[in-house]
Amino acid sequence: MSTGTLWTVVLVGAAGCYLLKYAGLSVPAAWVQHPAVVRVVDFVPAALLAALVAVQAATSEGALVADGRLVGLAVAALALALRAPFIVVVLLAGGAGALVHLLTG
Amino acid sequence: MPRSARSATLRDAVGLGVAVGLYGVAFGAAAVGAGLDAWQALAMSLLMFTGASQFALVGVLGAGGGALAAIGSALLLGTRNTVYGVRLAPMLAPRGRLRRAGAAHWVIDETTAMAVAAPDRELGRLAFWVTGATIYLGWNVTTLVGALGAGALGETAQAALDSVVPAAFLALLWPRLRRGAPEAGVQRRVALGGAVVALALTPFVPAGVQVVLAVVAVALAGRPRTRAVTR
Repeated sequence: MSTGTLWTVVLVGAAGCYLLKYAGLSVPAAWVQHPAVVRVVDFVPAALLAALVAVQAATSEGALVADGRLVGLAVAALALALRAPFIVVVLLAGGAGALVHLLTG
Repeated sequence: MPRSARSATLRDAVGLGVAVGLYGVAFGAAAVGAGLDAWQALAMSLLMFTGASQFALVGVLGAGGGALAAIGSALLLGTRNTVYGVRLAPMLAPRGRLRRAGAAHWVIDETTAMAVAAPDRELGRLAFWVTGATIYLGWNVTTLVGALGAGALGETAQAALDSVVPAAFLALLWPRLRRGAPEAGVQRRVALGGAVVALALTPFVPAGVQVVLAVVAVALAGRPRTRAVTR
């Protein structure tokens, strides 16, 4: 992707996200408080984040792949279950990924 | 207003801001890993300023996804801030277009949580502005640190970075699935559904599109249940 396209993605994405925030402070509450809307918004993050976890950890260039990222993810899950803070979780996952790379690469 | 409540609110707001600000390192590094340069990473933190959307955008780009899929996933996660804004509007009651435009930029998970948790309206506004300012500053500084640091990485460090991104998403997801979270059972089923649909679609659709389709599929699957619950 060219630098120009990347800048467009960054700026259009930023503008869109800002407008979503601004809309919340501006629109009549009744528009957004429809039960079905609230319901969907409650659950979109879980579906999206889980989809991103799966795609980031287990796919590469359109194929399912198992590599050090899955090991890192397992370590992260364990750390989260033990209530480690965010920064510890990502450092441990990164360390596990690097270790697998050194051992197998 | 009792002075102790005020200083407790300030302390919590600054503490949360510093902690969240540190995540910026992970974002800056992930953005550069996905092919953005340090200025683009910084522009995202300055202008988009909503962590999950930023991670989603660079996550889709990193997976080789197209522009529309990347923007689409950022916007899907950004819808949550609209709901927060509705919640905060009566408390912040920003007077004038400029104040409202400024306040809107800082409507995110953490500022909303702090403002809503404050004991009264006055402290809620204080918590919102102080948390927002601390996070904004920390998030942008650490984004730049992460982005510049990642540029100097070797192959092993790149492998480490590849593992950091899914772990960061998992850490964002985790609190919603934890026992005791509201409707944790449903959240877990939704998360599992999203992951399975995304993986199943991966070989058949352009990169990044499977993420957006997974969300749509799960939202559609949830509709009948939605009606049953609201009735």
